[in-house]
Amino acid sequence: MKRLKLFPISRRAKDLLAGKLMLLLTILAALLVLLMVAGLYLKSRPVLASQPLAELLFSTKWRPFRGQFGFFPFIMGTLWVTGVAVLIAVPLCLLTAIYLSEYAPARVREWVKPLIDILAGIPSVVFGVWGMLVVVPFIKDSVAPFFKVFSTGYSILAGGIVLAIMIFPVIIHVALEVFRAVPQEVREASLAVGATRWQTVKHVVLRKALPGVAAAIVLGIARAFGETMAVLMVVGNVAKVPGNVLDPAYPLPALIANNYGEMLSIPLYDSALMLAALILLLVILLFNLLSRAVLARVERSIR
Amino acid sequence: MENRAHIRVEGLNVHFGSEHVLKDISLSIPDRKITAIIGPSGCGKTTLLRSFNRLIDSSEGVRVSGRVMVDDENILDARAEVTHIRRKMGLLLQRPYPLPMSIYDNVAYGPRIHGIRDRRRLDEIVERFLSKASLWDEVRQRLSQPASVLSLGQQQRLCLARGLAVEPEIILGDEPTSALDPQSSQRIEQTFTELKSDYTIVIVTHILRQARRLADHVIFLYLGELIEQGPAWDFFNNPKQPMTREYIKGLIS
Ligand SMILES: Nc1ncnc2c1ncn2[C@@H]1O[C@H](COP(=O)(O)OP(=O)(O)O)[C@@H](O)[C@H]1O
Ligand SMILES: [Mg+2]
Repeated sequence: MKRLKLFPISRRAKDLLAGKLMLLLTILAALLVLLMVAGLYLKSRPVLASQPLAELLFSTKWRPFRGQFGFFPFIMGTLWVTGVAVLIAVPLCLLTAIYLSEYAPARVREWVKPLIDILAGIPSVVFGVWGMLVVVPFIKDSVAPFFKVFSTGYSILAGGIVLAIMIFPVIIHVALEVFRAVPQEVREASLAVGATRWQTVKHVVLRKALPGVAAAIVLGIARAFGETMAVLMVVGNVAKVPGNVLDPAYPLPALIANNYGEMLSIPLYDSALMLAALILLLVILLFNLLSRAVLARVERSIR
Repeated sequence: MENRAHIRVEGLNVHFGSEHVLKDISLSIPDRKITAIIGPSGCGKTTLLRSFNRLIDSSEGVRVSGRVMVDDENILDARAEVTHIRRKMGLLLQRPYPLPMSIYDNVAYGPRIHGIRDRRRLDEIVERFLSKASLWDEVRQRLSQPASVLSLGQQQRLCLARGLAVEPEIILGDEPTSALDPQSSQRIEQTFTELKSDYTIVIVTHILRQARRLADHVIFLYLGELIEQGPAWDFFNNPKQPMTREYIKGLIS
């Protein structure tokens, strides 16, 4: 009798506890980002104090032995590689998602979807090895000679191609979901006035799906910014501001991964690497905020 | 009273996979009249309507055989040009689905698809067909707003205007008032009555009273078979089939 009465109370208590616990975890997760920013900031204070911020961000001189830490080559390296990857990935992914959503029979779609998701599960280092064995020689022997320049193959283009393939799955997956969520009737409304399928895709489906497609691209870019291993293996890692896509580059994540724990006897070096991490984190945060603002605007402008 | 058939269906069969959804349907739909397709839900009304403009093609696993003659062209013929067939028929669905663009662009969408670019001509088309769909006065001040700001009833009339703007000869409606409040429904019905001097109108409805109010001609389907068709007066007052009699009395639903 007593047990029966107690039972509902303990259930409610559990419910309450679970709710509180989850709230706590959520707050903790949010705090973690702030803690990381704060921690990185504290650690990078020595190098921040050694020279003006503008110097750190915009100087091209990376001479740790002389205490010169210009991050500009690395920032540009990150932007270039990410930019090239996005330029390659976005059109290909959108066309793939459009084909799968609008043209392929359901059978094909259901077959291809899991294959694409498997691509997402392949470890980064495998992409890196593939890049070294296939992409780098291809650029060295075919692409560079075609443009009559010399390149070792270890270049922004190699990094961009490898990175593009790594962000395919997330962009295709999300874009496909978004296209499938456009009501069939909206397509029919367009077809019914005599539009072709392609016209319907171009003027109606893409437009209706625009906020979601933008979100898919943002997710892809966000992943591309931080992706380290595969890129590091094929971009050449030369601390110079790149001039074109066949030049090597040295993105921020590669800088950190290559050097942390190696040359820490150099004064200020570890602090500089912390600053690199902080800059990377801030670039990603800034990008997120910007894309959110753009998304909100896009969403308001259609409907 | 001249009664030229605008759409003639001959031996139409539709299968979805192994399901036989329309069974050997033959019927004719008179020119410039309102034809109502009635029958309990699931009997194939929507399928029949969608085979008129070949939207049925986009359903997965569908097989269609037979002939649907529109203006002496068999539109089911593999060689028939679907975009050409479809622009002959305006379509209204159960719920209004405005395109994700402005009120103006919704109406101008079809004409633009078919190559009209001249702004003044588009202005003229937009005004003419919004008026035909009796929506002009309500939206003339806000043509550039997104279509989603309109009420459901207004959206449905916008969809009508969008269909009319490609100058079809036929208007197809699949329970076009079922999502609307009584007042909006009434406006749509009234618009249909005004339009029937220029258009052949085919509406699917499961509301018998609506069929009585609007229809000049009635087609009754039951479980994929055509039970009876004929002029509305005869159909309702002097049905030939026992099944029709029971349906009209509300015994089958
Ligand atoms: N795309 C489709 N795939 C498979 N079966 C369908 C499809 N569309 C309709 N059907 C089937 O065809 C039958 C008739 O449907 P429908 O024409 O929508 O009926 P109604 O409009 O009279 O309610 C139903 O049994 C339905 O399950
Ligand atoms: Mg139906």
